[in-house]
Amino acid sequence: MTKDEKSPSKLVKQTFDLVLIPMLAVLTALIIGGFIIVATDTNVYTAFEEGGLGVGLSAVGTSILVAYGSMFSGSVGSWRDISESLVASTPYIFAGLAVAVSFRGGLFNVGVEGQLILAVMASVYVGSRFPFLPWIIHLPLTILAGMAAGALWAGLAGYLKAKTGAHEVINTIMMNYIVYLFADWSLNGFLCRVPCSSPVSPPVLPSAYLPQFFYRLHLGFPLALMVAFGVWWLLFKTTIGFEIRTVGTNPNAARYGGIQTTRVMVMTMALSGALAGLAGASELLGVNRVLASGFSSGYGFDAIALALLGRSHPLGVVLASLLFGTLRSGATRMQSLASIPTDIISIIQALVIVFIAAPAIIRWVYRVKAKGTDEGSTVLVQGWGS
Amino acid sequence: MSPVLELRGITKQFPGVLANDNVNLTLEKGEIHALLGENGAGKTTLMNILYGLYKPTKGEIYINGKQAEISGPTDAIRQGIGMVHQHFMLIPVLTVTENVMLGEESMRHGVLLDRKAAAKRITEISKTYHLEVDPHAYVRDLPVGIQQRVEIIKVLYRQANILILDEPTAVLTPQEVEELFNIMKLLTGQGVSIIFITHKLKEVLAVSQKISVIRRGKTVGSAKPAESTEQSLAELMVGRPVELVVKKKKAQPSKPVLVVRNLFVKDKRDRIAVDNVSFEVRGGEILGIAGVQGNGQTELVEAITGLRHAESGTIQISGQEAANKTPRQITEIGVSHVPEDRQREGLVLSFPIKDNLILNTYYKTFAKGIVIDEQKVNDTATKWVADYDVRTPSIETPAGSLSGGNQQKVIVAREFSRPMKLLITSQPTRGVDVGSIEYIHARIIDKRDEGAAVLVVSTELDEVRALSDRIAVMFDGKLVAIVPANEVTKEQLGLLMAGVPESEVLIKLHCK
Repeated sequence: MTKDEKSPSKLVKQTFDLVLIPMLAVLTALIIGGFIIVATDTNVYTAFEEGGLGVGLSAVGTSILVAYGSMFSGSVGSWRDISESLVASTPYIFAGLAVAVSFRGGLFNVGVEGQLILAVMASVYVGSRFPFLPWIIHLPLTILAGMAAGALWAGLAGYLKAKTGAHEVINTIMMNYIVYLFADWSLNGFLCRVPCSSPVSPPVLPSAYLPQFFYRLHLGFPLALMVAFGVWWLLFKTTIGFEIRTVGTNPNAARYGGIQTTRVMVMTMALSGALAGLAGASELLGVNRVLASGFSSGYGFDAIALALLGRSHPLGVVLASLLFGTLRSGATRMQSLASIPTDIISIIQALVIVFIAAPAIIRWVYRVKAKGTDEGSTVLVQGWGS
Repeated sequence: MSPVLELRGITKQFPGVLANDNVNLTLEKGEIHALLGENGAGKTTLMNILYGLYKPTKGEIYINGKQAEISGPTDAIRQGIGMVHQHFMLIPVLTVTENVMLGEESMRHGVLLDRKAAAKRITEISKTYHLEVDPHAYVRDLPVGIQQRVEIIKVLYRQANILILDEPTAVLTPQEVEELFNIMKLLTGQGVSIIFITHKLKEVLAVSQKISVIRRGKTVGSAKPAESTEQSLAELMVGRPVELVVKKKKAQPSKPVLVVRNLFVKDKRDRIAVDNVSFEVRGGEILGIAGVQGNGQTELVEAITGLRHAESGTIQISGQEAANKTPRQITEIGVSHVPEDRQREGLVLSFPIKDNLILNTYYKTFAKGIVIDEQKVNDTATKWVADYDVRTPSIETPAGSLSGGNQQKVIVAREFSRPMKLLITSQPTRGVDVGSIEYIHARIIDKRDEGAAVLVVSTELDEVRALSDRIAVMFDGKLVAIVPANEVTKEQLGLLMAGVPESEVLIKLHCK
């Protein structure tokens, strides 16, 4: 018999075990990021050449301090900076939830990026029309248009998987390209503002805005938190969530238990796509309010890292998104103050993914003992063609 | 002369679990030493230590009187230890020779495989130990009993003189078991020593010279077969008196509940697996289906429970047409199903026990709209865990961390707690400890006496015989015979399972 009493201290310890690896992964990524900052800083080399070891080392210190210092102040240094960090976190939360839901259902939605862009196209189409509608109708309608577009596009990949066994990873990747090119074509055609001089959509009408209430922070952020709560409730408190998680963890047992696994697959993908759609719609209606090419800076792909980092749990995804949003918005300040390209953030994010995906590295470095695998981490992908 | 193998004070501490606690074991040359214990008693851990897969926390291993350091299977093999696993480690698409030489290939010119030399050695081993097998046959074409021979040859090829057989009889027909025992005796005659791991008491008494019983990681006793009975061994194993015979009254069959007519089912490779099968099960009776694994039983059950497409034929359950209905529709007719593979189908191992208990009723009994009624789930789960004697610290414990017996009890609790007209149990006690077997058998009889029709599918002949009122034998997809349980001997069933026609088997009966 295993001893597994649920005393409060035990619960705290379990939670600690759960977040330990992600936290160490982020820390390690930041440390390695520091090395890269130093290694790419020409001032450091000059200091070593001209001032010798002492001056050189102090230049190393300065380099890291300035970089991370400006990143820190740029992300949480003032109310405005905090607001910007939250703005940057908002699409991450939605997109991260999208991937997390698919993971829970045993599917890997790599097409969040495409679903997001398609959603923005649908939202901008509805949002820039119907000037006679009051905001109470226009705004929800515009958001729903985006969610529906995302849900349909992802649901199609789910349907193909359920009916033909075509692997969703391949399909969603390929369907991304369809969207990219469709978006380019549309922006030079029916989605272009009149007269069409450059590939930019007409602006969203103010009646479809997500209002900004704290500097640039818009209603999309509280909406994201509410949706995260809703996803948690759906996954863990309802029969629908029970079906999604059962299919995701053991499809054979799900079938045995009378669950129509194919239907659940399509539903999971559609739900994931709807969340991807929300990511796009909230960014469009809260921040950009116009669609131009290069709208998304890879939210859909960062979302995979977020879902991994957050262990496919809505709360984890929110926390991971806040972290990534903060890094992103801090990086902008770092670029202007320390002239370190924002790309360093992509490197740090990539390192986080590597360490999360290969926890053995982190366990080895920090001598952390392995624990039994939990549900979230076993779900990931069920192999090709399974 | 010092013993071939001696384990002294082996202790293995896993986090939170003491898997082996000061275990001692002495194996003499040419001896068959049975290692008896329930599932989870620590037999496998002990053997994994011996085979170098685990490092013991404490204790020493002596081979031929010399202390041995075994830090991996390579060391174990070099020391002459060979292991035949319960699940064969053979590659179906390779020939016997290729399988045997795998990992220790004979080479020509340094780069080319020398199949001829290897085949020659295999033939020599075959002759010496009477392990007849065609070295050029593909493993996929061989019956299970022969595949096991290949495993044994593989071990002997590596010059092992200590053989560990882990539950070797689980997949064999009674006749094949006999053959295996003869081979084991022959091997020991040639100086090989054997550790025979099992939980089947009859076999231990039939073949071994010494018996060590392990319970909860400790050696709780050793015995000589001559001085032991099944009863005494079972008590040692479980730690309390055990009822080995299933007690049941005479069946009171009522009207047919399950009626199968001319059923054809294909397996996943699209071959006919169930071939024109017809039978019926009445309320209040148990029909046992005996057969060597892989003769269509799995597909038959899957077709009845809606998990597999029925090509043609009819299935009626309490008057309703049930062929090619969904699993949920069939459940709702009043069918309970204990699936063959509890870890693959019966449970979601990472889910807590309480979620596993609602796996097929979550949407109905335990939900208000789409919201799961957690209070009701918790209350019911607590009650069922108590009612069905599931040994667990909490209903929140993941099913995967329970022992096999307790996992099976979770499934039994779930399936038996619904009102049912038909109960289908596949391998109801596979990998389950003696204490739990006794319990599960009693519950199955209870359901029969409450009036349910019961279909028991098992490859354990003793189990089928103990439970069933009538026994149907399946061979190569066909039901070759349906006989009253008390009119057929184990030997006859064994012959039927091996494909000997019913008429011949019955003639043999008359000649006796």
